[in-house]
Amino acid sequence: MSAGAPQNRVVLGALLRKELRVELRSFSAVPAMSLFSVTTFVLFHFALQRNALSDDLASGVLWVTLLFAAVLGINRLFVADAEQGGFDGFLLSPADRSVLLYSKALTLLAYLLVLELVAVPAFALLLLGPALWPALPGLLVVLALGDAGIVVIGTLVGALAVRTSVRDLLGPMISLPLLVPVLLCAARAGAPVLGAGGAGALPLRWLVTLALYDLVFGLITFAVFDFLLED
Amino acid sequence: MYGKRLRALALTTFAALTLTLVLAFFWAPNDANQGFLQKIFYLHVPLAIVTLCGFVYGGVAAIMHLRTRDSRWDMRSYVAIHLSLVFGVGVLVTGSIWAKGSWGVWWDWSEPTLVSFLLIMLLYATYQPLRFAIEDPERQARYASVFAITAGAFVPINFVIVRLSTAYLHPRVLGDISANLPGRFQVVFYLSLISIALLWITLWRYEMTSKHASAQLRALRRLLAGDEDDALPRRSAVPTLSVSVEGGRAGGTPGVGASR
Repeated sequence: MSAGAPQNRVVLGALLRKELRVELRSFSAVPAMSLFSVTTFVLFHFALQRNALSDDLASGVLWVTLLFAAVLGINRLFVADAEQGGFDGFLLSPADRSVLLYSKALTLLAYLLVLELVAVPAFALLLLGPALWPALPGLLVVLALGDAGIVVIGTLVGALAVRTSVRDLLGPMISLPLLVPVLLCAARAGAPVLGAGGAGALPLRWLVTLALYDLVFGLITFAVFDFLLED
Repeated sequence: MYGKRLRALALTTFAALTLTLVLAFFWAPNDANQGFLQKIFYLHVPLAIVTLCGFVYGGVAAIMHLRTRDSRWDMRSYVAIHLSLVFGVGVLVTGSIWAKGSWGVWWDWSEPTLVSFLLIMLLYATYQPLRFAIEDPERQARYASVFAITAGAFVPINFVIVRLSTAYLHPRVLGDISANLPGRFQVVFYLSLISIALLWITLWRYEMTSKHASAQLRALRRLLAGDEDDALPRRSAVPTLSVSVEGGRAGGTPGVGASR
């Protein structure tokens, strides 16, 4: 950073405030994601003809729903910047470019946290057989690691797809295959926690695999993100 | 130039493939359990290995493109991924046939290699649509390279993770090949791997030559018609090569494409 350039922390704060303000004014992502998740639970209820789910079925339904809802958020993540000159404004400023990556990643993480605040209780209420409270600590660990994976891949793919002519199609098409390992690990790790016979222990193998996947793709995203911002 | 010694390479490839097929059918013994069906192994496994290496090479070429900003690296990456996609369809088809023959089903979800291969194909299937959806050639090249790097890294990681998820069912051909395969199988397998790799390289060189020649043709046309006239380039998923015409004024150093 050259002298006179703003500190990264200041820029990050400003960008996050901007994201919050944009979302609070437009409500373009989070309400849709939350509503979508609840609707999907209803769909699963009718499609599976089940009133209560447990074990791997519960874990799978929860994660597929979260993933699809997250894809909605990923699609919206960069739209305002691409359409209303946010990228240009940022690139004209002397700020470090990777700060945009951090701010977008944190924004997506915030989207996901709000989504889960709605989706997890709704899931417990509508579909989950076993009680939520005993399962909650384990579930929170899995959710945190799963969110990290969605955040690193979603931020990269969102930026990659947003300036194409068919971004609404390309976003999910590119992100879903990349997210399959996240879904796989998270669903397997969450299955014993949501067991019908009480919450089982977390399978460490899947948590470690998921954490490694998050780490690797975090590094990849960090390495290539700047190249998406050059014009 | 990419066309250099291409004919010799093509003839070598043809000879190697012919030799492989002859040896696979007439010299290698039939498998004790699977019998004649096992012959598809000589096609399926090398195809899969070459496809995956091609995808990874596409990622490496994309790294080189981002480092050097040389459009030829983007073209290399594009042609590699494009070819590997074609080979990959072959892998899925031969894999399916083998699965039907030996396990009685066209598709088996408990088979990690098959499943991870499908995932990789699904991911790479978005490569051309991504390119096509970005009009500006420079940005298209840059974004495609970012995709190729990400996807190239996804190839090995994905294999590890999907393999973890299922019981070990697939014949472990890589790794313990020397332990499992008797001599003749081994010879034919490695020969087949070499000839399929040669086939990939030949096709890659052919496509590179053709793309390079048409870029040169375009440049010559532009030179003849004056600098301005050329109709706006059509929207395309194919990288735009910047080539110079020998002795021309089209810019760039003469013979920039001469080194392979």
